[in-house]
Amino acid sequence: MHPRPLSCLAALLVLAASVGAQEKTQVFQGAQIIPIAGEPIAHGVLVITDGKIVAVGSVGQVAIPAGAEIHDATGKVLMPGLIDSHSHIGAGSGGDGSGPIQPDARVLDSLDARDASIQKARAGGITTVNVMPGSGHLISGQTLYLKLREARTVDDLLIKLPDGSNAGGLKMANGTNSMRGTNGFPGTRAKSAALVREEYIKAQEYRDKIKRANGDAEKMPPRDLALEEIVEVLDGKRIVQNHTHRHDDILTVLRLSKEFGFKVVLHHVSEGWKVADEIAAAHVPCSVIMIDSPGGKLETKDADWRTPAILEKAGVLVGFHTDDPICDSRRFLRSAALAVRAGMTRKGALEAVTIANAKIIGLDARVGSLEPGKDADFIILSADPLSVYAHVEQTWVEGRKVFDLSKPADHLYAVGGEGAGDSRRAQLCCFTSAWDLIAAANGGAQ
Amino acid sequence: MNLMNRYPSPVSSRNSRSESWRSSSTWFASSVRCAALLAMTVTFATPLALRAENIAVTGETVYTMAGATIRHGVILIHDGKIESVGPADTTKIPAGYRVLSATVVTPGLIDAHATVGLSGLLNQAQDQDMLEKSSSVQPELRAIDAYNAKDPLVAWVRSYGVTTVNTGHAPAALISGQTMIVKTFGRTADEDVINPAAMTAVTLGRNGLTVVEGAPGQGGPSASKSPGNRSKAVAMLRAELIKAQEYAKKREAKDESKRPGRDLKYETLLRAIDGSQPLLINANKQQDIVSALRIAKEFNLKIVLDGCADAPMVIDQIKASGFPVIVHPTMQRTYEDMENLSVETAGKLHAAGIPIAMQSSYEAYVPKTRVVLFEAAVAAANGLGYEAALASVTSDAAKLLGIADRTGSLAAGKDADIALYDGDPFEYTSHCIGTIVGGEVFADGPH
Repeated sequence: MHPRPLSCLAALLVLAASVGAQEKTQVFQGAQIIPIAGEPIAHGVLVITDGKIVAVGSVGQVAIPAGAEIHDATGKVLMPGLIDSHSHIGAGSGGDGSGPIQPDARVLDSLDARDASIQKARAGGITTVNVMPGSGHLISGQTLYLKLREARTVDDLLIKLPDGSNAGGLKMANGTNSMRGTNGFPGTRAKSAALVREEYIKAQEYRDKIKRANGDAEKMPPRDLALEEIVEVLDGKRIVQNHTHRHDDILTVLRLSKEFGFKVVLHHVSEGWKVADEIAAAHVPCSVIMIDSPGGKLETKDADWRTPAILEKAGVLVGFHTDDPICDSRRFLRSAALAVRAGMTRKGALEAVTIANAKIIGLDARVGSLEPGKDADFIILSADPLSVYAHVEQTWVEGRKVFDLSKPADHLYAVGGEGAGDSRRAQLCCFTSAWDLIAAANGGAQ
Repeated sequence: MNLMNRYPSPVSSRNSRSESWRSSSTWFASSVRCAALLAMTVTFATPLALRAENIAVTGETVYTMAGATIRHGVILIHDGKIESVGPADTTKIPAGYRVLSATVVTPGLIDAHATVGLSGLLNQAQDQDMLEKSSSVQPELRAIDAYNAKDPLVAWVRSYGVTTVNTGHAPAALISGQTMIVKTFGRTADEDVINPAAMTAVTLGRNGLTVVEGAPGQGGPSASKSPGNRSKAVAMLRAELIKAQEYAKKREAKDESKRPGRDLKYETLLRAIDGSQPLLINANKQQDIVSALRIAKEFNLKIVLDGCADAPMVIDQIKASGFPVIVHPTMQRTYEDMENLSVETAGKLHAAGIPIAMQSSYEAYVPKTRVVLFEAAVAAANGLGYEAALASVTSDAAKLLGIADRTGSLAAGKDADIALYDGDPFEYTSHCIGTIVGGEVFADGPH
């Protein structure tokens, strides 16, 4: 009776399918290209198709496919999309106040894909991000590695692994944030470690029971959502992303990771400079935060901008993170620049916001450098990426432009102003919001 | 001992500069024990008292902020004051002067609103004096009675070129207390102070409110029941100002026996009416900014607007008022009252002809202080421009704070407050290689 809407819908579906299946080849030429994989190219060409990189090279040396859409990027700088290995954009949450160990809590079930913070991250050139629950638990939940595609729901942001699962890590923390001393939370550092060890031993036993059942449903243990996640960690399928500041807390993480054989990344690492050799010997990567002054809490009183340089020198894989909203996603490149200011190599600092972070989240086969076959995630800058005067002009994810500074709506998120406000605050730590934590740090009501 | 010698003497070549920094950090990283030792000595080194020294500062570019910028300039310093400023080819360096060289030389930076010295690095109860929670209205609290010149954050901001701060009670209660203007020598409050009672800090909007139930957030004193909302805050402020006016009248009573005893609270507020100690009104939402202007008009107050995240929405009203704005830190977080905060606000205010200065403001968590150099840098790159951004942390800040006769520019007779950089001070990868406060050299960097 009303066939037209249906046929319109069908036509749209066909159109959408064809766009998804085969997109026009696009060429970006003339920019200085920093591929990360290899030396910078003064006058470069990037060829992409179907969301993947086809070729990277110098003007004149890369064949331009017939019919390709050409973008002139002369005078610009083009580099891989930035990867932030620790962020709280999207106002997600993890475990609640009921206990210190909640690996079953998923950021997935809390993320607001339309939060202003996500658009701001795109404006900062971030294309891949590890969104974490807060640091107020020993184990606060499952993190998500996201692609900042245009998104209506969290599903549009997910990275699917070959087995169909969502890419993500497990957030752990030690030190004072989880030491609440109530509700089963530890009151000391030794108790913190003991609780974590107990949980991992339980998970080992759980895994052994499943193995012994050998597929016999009768013999299988009842499903345990928390232990299932720890088993993924024990099996190397999920990387532990561990908040840790003090040098002795760092060593505790290394000790537990060795005991249970899990893959771990050290996050924040404020006192990493004190134990750089130990970190290097353990072959554990670090995701470092660059804060404008030391202190603010006892654990960060010795934070030092030279940490990345010292870790780099010691042979540690170093990435940076925003911990947004602690640092603004739109100024993520500033972290790399400040590390160079304090002695890190330029190469190491640029890798730390790209390929090193790709390794830190185990996705370096897909993202983190401009190489044929990798995802077409890249940014176009007005000037050198380590300059305060550089602006991210465009951000592309999988061959699609998700941020364009020349568009007023995008410009608003890049610089701020009326309408660019965050709709919600991120949950950072052990309280209902980061700001309650701040109040508590100042002797507030908590 | 010459602390400058810890690092190779400042040289003009940028390449050589980065070489020296690399080599120093290589040595630094070679031993964990060395690293531990150096982190302590470099970051928080105790300065040597070298104030009486005669010093010549040479710069490839000298931004005097008092007239033209000088290419290859020289500044001569004697007894803590600037003797002369001029081009190298016409300014002879007298014998015996210690020579310091840099690529870029600017006046020592001024942070127009900070809380360093009151909100200490550790963020523990013993070093947090920026907010007294017993009452929402305490204008009588003086910064000079709390300022800790030895707090490491004072040395931290100094290491990036800051020589003067307007510091004091935080934007966190309706009237949280006073601010003081102090040099960053790091000796004692009394020795370092320029103006012990510069402004009185008032907070309108969410940060000044008391949330009676639940966590107080960043808001005002938890012991007070009011103000719980914006109308109440303004009502309380007006009531206090009316009481101050009445107090002034009673103090002038012909019959001495009818004069009230001294009241520190009202004495302070009266100085906002006579203009000698303005109210520093933190207001970020547009409704709070216009409330501040409304109160200023009603009581004929001298005020300085502070924060002003929504300033672009009410820029005509601000302009018409004639009051200056100490703009929010460019990189401050965008939540609640600051949700509309923009990196372009400083540029827009400046373009409208409104006097501005840059600030580090108050941070309750990490970073425990911002650095005004970095905030000005991001403003410079987002509409304010280089020269105006530099002025917002030097000459314009000095004018706003009423200290332009002493500091904020490089001219004969001014205090020898100078910052030395190995490149564009605003570039992320440049270093501050020395800070001179009143002729005393602090150079334990590069930073």
